[in-house]
Amino acid sequence: MKIFRIHALICAGAQCLAAGGNGFEDALKDELKKHNLEEEISIVETGCMGACQLGPLLVVYPEGVMYTKVQPKDAKEIVEEHFLKGRPVRRLMWKGEKAEVPTLAEVPFFAKQTKIVLRNCGNINPEDINEYIALDGYEGISKAVFEMTPQEVVQVMKDSGLRGRGGAGFPTGMKWEFSQKQQTDQKYIICNADEGDPGAYMDRSVLEGDPHSVLEGMLIAGYAVGASKGYIYVRAEYPLAVKRLEVAIKQAKEAGLLGKNILGSSFSFDIELRMGAGAFVCGEETALINSIEGNRGEPKKKPPFPAIKGLFGKPTVINNVETLANVPVIIDKGAKFFRQLGTEKSPGTKVFALAGKVNITGLVEVPLGTPLRSIVFDIGGGIPEGHEFKAALTGGPSGGLIPMEYIDVPMDYENLPALGTIMGSGGLIIMDESSCMVDVAKFFLNFTVDESCGKCTPCREGTKQMLQILERITSGNGREGDIELLEKMGNIIKQTSLCGLGQTAPNPVLSTIRYFRNEYEAHIKEKICPTNVCDIKGGKNERKIAHRPSS
Amino acid sequence: MKERSLIDHLHEVQSGKKDNYISKEEALKISKSSGVSLAEIFGVTTFYTMFSVKPRGRHIIRVCKSLSCHMEDSDSIINKISEILGVDVGETTQDKEFTLEESSCLGMCSVAPAMMIDDIPFGNVKIEEIPDILEDIRRGKR
Repeated sequence: MKIFRIHALICAGAQCLAAGGNGFEDALKDELKKHNLEEEISIVETGCMGACQLGPLLVVYPEGVMYTKVQPKDAKEIVEEHFLKGRPVRRLMWKGEKAEVPTLAEVPFFAKQTKIVLRNCGNINPEDINEYIALDGYEGISKAVFEMTPQEVVQVMKDSGLRGRGGAGFPTGMKWEFSQKQQTDQKYIICNADEGDPGAYMDRSVLEGDPHSVLEGMLIAGYAVGASKGYIYVRAEYPLAVKRLEVAIKQAKEAGLLGKNILGSSFSFDIELRMGAGAFVCGEETALINSIEGNRGEPKKKPPFPAIKGLFGKPTVINNVETLANVPVIIDKGAKFFRQLGTEKSPGTKVFALAGKVNITGLVEVPLGTPLRSIVFDIGGGIPEGHEFKAALTGGPSGGLIPMEYIDVPMDYENLPALGTIMGSGGLIIMDESSCMVDVAKFFLNFTVDESCGKCTPCREGTKQMLQILERITSGNGREGDIELLEKMGNIIKQTSLCGLGQTAPNPVLSTIRYFRNEYEAHIKEKICPTNVCDIKGGKNERKIAHRPSS
Repeated sequence: MKERSLIDHLHEVQSGKKDNYISKEEALKISKSSGVSLAEIFGVTTFYTMFSVKPRGRHIIRVCKSLSCHMEDSDSIINKISEILGVDVGETTQDKEFTLEESSCLGMCSVAPAMMIDDIPFGNVKIEEIPDILEDIRRGKR
């Protein structure tokens, strides 16, 4: 093995690339060449490190010095000062820390997280299977195949209490058990990588940063339920994730970890990629199955559930990316280890995609039950100066709000529904005083109207009617009784829609009414938008002058 | 069991074409080889936003309109592109270079406002950068 003096880890997650990471890497390579350092310093392209807003990110080991927002022009200084003379470049370091040279271990954004799902993201080169293996990768499947019966694997999963991270929170072990009990010639495992919730991107980061953890999770699921074939349904909007998955599948096949007789055992399993084509509803499992089969991605009535009758009519386990990434750790380290984290009914961790009006946006993994306040303030660094927290939105278009009065709510599968919202896939959008809650509700209704597949009437027609009411409210034409009408329609749509999309579509409206009814009333009765977001004729400019003195 | 789904097939056909769409002739070819009726192929093609049955530009611009981007004024990004290219959302420029589209969420919420041009992601997009980005894409420099 070759020993390097310095390992420079460059984040090659989509968001850092979007912020210009490519250019920096090229410049850094040029500088290393210029100084003849290529044999001493290794550049590693990793997946997402999490602090996406401060990207492109660079971490320099052995110390773990963290550089943020690196630009091509910074490469020269980093090489000449830090790499050659051992003087880290202060102006590019993480800001606002007490430590002289803030390292990864000292910055609260990283130090206060607990990483299970994101254990390898940002630490390894996702395109090299050996790096995954070096960090206990494929230990889980090896243990399952050689030391455990499929029943024992399912039992460990049940004992762990892992709940599906895609949104509904259904116990994963139970899902596996349903499928395991089916007697049939063919069963399937599907990885749902059709992450579409506006505001959520943890699945993308896992696929881009640690694809083997997902493959291993699928292998273990396949062994447990007796399936020999798996599909990963990934959205076409994620070309980088598709590419890294292709590389990972190829390497796993070459290493004997996919295909016939895995690790020399009698267990065989293959994985194929299937691409989506831009339809949010395909994240719903029956719609997803339709899409893999090559049809319009419309949902079907349940039951029968996919675990009994799924893809091509065969028993099918569908798990989300984050769920599957947990599986190898649970099998390798045991249910007890997993249960040390999180709460009794919601064990383990959850990855949140922190976005919106917060100082540090990015991916945050914490034990379930962590209070919202500590995610936003301790890890996310609070709200930008001069502004205040108004509400957090969880669950995207299926979720709702957590207003200031509930900011200490433990984030888990029990407490969020009690507030009228859901965990969803972990999108967490923070809003400050400048956001209009009626506008937010309208925004999501617009989204659902766009994405409704049109199969069932309540969702197709009902959401459209609700949107029309919201549009007239936000344009100053709201009528007495509109709020009550929205509530009534919302509840009917929830009860009568065919799939999860429609059943949850009214949530953002109902939740904003629940906590910010006064804003609706201001639009309807006084014809003003208290935050000046909505375009109410005559009101907008006047309010701006009256309420926003020059800062 | 089918090894490739109709959707994979459509992706393949569409990405192989300069004008980024699935023509009736291509759909007929798929129909003949797979035995799926033309009506069904049309149904599937029009269900998914990333397929088109009308010719599009050489490059597809997808501006994200998710809530985090909306809060960072993604509307002004769309307006600017629209102004430079002289097209509305869903339209293609006369020289067939660009088609302007919106996406419900590109999953780049931390670097909002975000967009993609073909497979290239752009984050923290600033209005003043847009002319250069478009020019670079046009010249194949990105």
